[in-house]
Amino acid sequence: MDSDDDLRPEEMLPLSQRPEWSDVVPIPQDDGPNPVVPIAYKPEFEETMNYFRAIYLSDERSPRALQLTHLVILLNPGNYTVWHFRRLVLEALNADLDEELDYVARIAKKNTKNYQIWHHRRWVAEKLGTNAMAKELQFTRKILSLDAKNYHAWSHRQWVLQALGGWEDELDYCGQLLQDDVFNNSAWNQRYFVITRSPLLGGLKSMRESEVKYTVEAILANPENESPWRYLRGLYKGDSQSWINDLQVSSVCLKVLNSKTNYIFALSVLLDLLCDGFQANQEFIDAVTALRTSNADPLDTDLAKAVCSVLEHVDPIRVNYWTYRKSNLPVSA
Amino acid sequence: MYCDCKLIILMLQMGELAVDKHVKYILSVQKKRKDSFEAVVMEHLTMNGAYWGLTTLDLLGKLDVVDSEEITEWIIQCQHESGGFAGNIGHDPHILYTLSAVQVLALLDKLNVLDVDKVSNYIVGLQNEDGSFSGDMWGEVDTRFSYIALCCLSLLHRLDKINMEKAVNYILSCKNVDGGFGCIPGGESHAGQIFCCVGALAITGSLHLVDKDLLGWWLCERQVKSGGLNGRPEKLPDVCYSWWVLSSLIMIDRVHWINKEKLVKFILNCQDKDNGGISDRPDDAVDVFHTYFGVAGLSLLEYPGVKAIDPAYALPVDVVNRIFLGR
Repeated sequence: MDSDDDLRPEEMLPLSQRPEWSDVVPIPQDDGPNPVVPIAYKPEFEETMNYFRAIYLSDERSPRALQLTHLVILLNPGNYTVWHFRRLVLEALNADLDEELDYVARIAKKNTKNYQIWHHRRWVAEKLGTNAMAKELQFTRKILSLDAKNYHAWSHRQWVLQALGGWEDELDYCGQLLQDDVFNNSAWNQRYFVITRSPLLGGLKSMRESEVKYTVEAILANPENESPWRYLRGLYKGDSQSWINDLQVSSVCLKVLNSKTNYIFALSVLLDLLCDGFQANQEFIDAVTALRTSNADPLDTDLAKAVCSVLEHVDPIRVNYWTYRKSNLPVSA
Repeated sequence: MYCDCKLIILMLQMGELAVDKHVKYILSVQKKRKDSFEAVVMEHLTMNGAYWGLTTLDLLGKLDVVDSEEITEWIIQCQHESGGFAGNIGHDPHILYTLSAVQVLALLDKLNVLDVDKVSNYIVGLQNEDGSFSGDMWGEVDTRFSYIALCCLSLLHRLDKINMEKAVNYILSCKNVDGGFGCIPGGESHAGQIFCCVGALAITGSLHLVDKDLLGWWLCERQVKSGGLNGRPEKLPDVCYSWWVLSSLIMIDRVHWINKEKLVKFILNCQDKDNGGISDRPDDAVDVFHTYFGVAGLSLLEYPGVKAIDPAYALPVDVVNRIFLGR
């Protein structure tokens, strides 16, 4: 825990030996008469918790209580109660909440996936209102620069955007993250969040054209990437006519199929298109026929069936899924 | 369901589940030694630990090695005047611990010690205007809490006390275009959240609102070459997703879309065969959480010798039957 050293107060005297705590009678944990789970605590942990229990029960909302919550948080940042109590103390002391954000940032350095810390941060940011917006966007950016898929950071960032604003640079930010790692599903999700929910953009329909172009490029660069394929489908949400009629969708499938590598998602999207009513021409039939690995199988006359047969073969771990799709094709496909 | 004899034979050939070692490991964690780091960080979630450990024991047919009276007495002492339960005696109540407490009492057939209305009133009080649930009085909102609330109320036969339509609609507002669910509207699909949302919809009889084929495909795409399951695209596999992904697939009746044999092999490879316990990935350190998810996953895969677990309630099927069928 060396990196926590800078968070600890200078003097490391036990609380029982510090004059400022001499008036407090520590209260030990009551595990019941016959504890089912008798926990043998470390002495330092036990002493700190005993003082915390005393302060908590007497509901003392003082500067030293705030300091004590810090010691407890260092020992166990997952403790709900201590964070709750810290909020009560912060309110009572009318503490500087900007400073509190800095404090949370220091604690979060080591605990980026701790629910309590993120919840506490949101409480502070909510109190500060739009003044906290820039700081929060910057903070989540920093956490995401260390782990671009941190679920808590993304949730917090989405809340900040919706509650406090700051949408201006968000699409660029998503683009930047996808430039770093185009396989980052969280960034694709955020991109969808922005184009569907940003009050500064015109909504899904007006964003579709430019987004399809962007997504098709991403697919062609890495056709094995699950995320942009799903994103592409999402761009046509609630508009299956455009989905099957937009040549950009079918042609990206065809291009990948003709490349003959990493074509599983292309086949899968083609299958969806066919099931939704897409009329494939000879080019598609030729492309799929060329992917058949064995001449032993009888050639499926039905293109959707042929697609399923290829998928059964090239994606054996999910063979039952593709067999299911094959046996549930709509009559028209 | 069908009898998959070939699969069972394959499972037995693949190397045994070290049942006795795992039982010993669980019992040793329940009596933690001094200076244990795990004991310190787990202190506030002893209730969850009790649920993970005791459910594992029950699935392995070894629940009788614990003293159910003692555990029941301890649980009662963890109840707060609000009706909610805390993670340990003297801590604050939270919906997370409340479900674990109810689940453990259900396991031990001790639900009769509860003042059912007191507990259910606590949960009812956590529902928000939009149908979502908060975890506690401080208001953190997450679809995890929707599941917990609905599961808990259902086990207590008190689902009628909340606005179910709003609860279901909130969950649906968290559905994404990939068929999955996130923690809040717009949140990325994540296997853990999907379990919560699908579980809540199963409990409320609303599974017809799930796009089963689309979600089923997303879920079976979570299986990677090693046979393990991940929780999101391009993430590492982890034993805990054997539970989150599999239980969801079972609830939507699509579990045959993954390769069961490969998954069994992956879970068995995560065992510590010397000292017991299961880890997140092969050769990592074991913990109670992953031991529970590994055994529960094997249960869903119908591994021989492991009791069947209910995918929605996360309790052994015989316990669920006792509650809902009275036998």
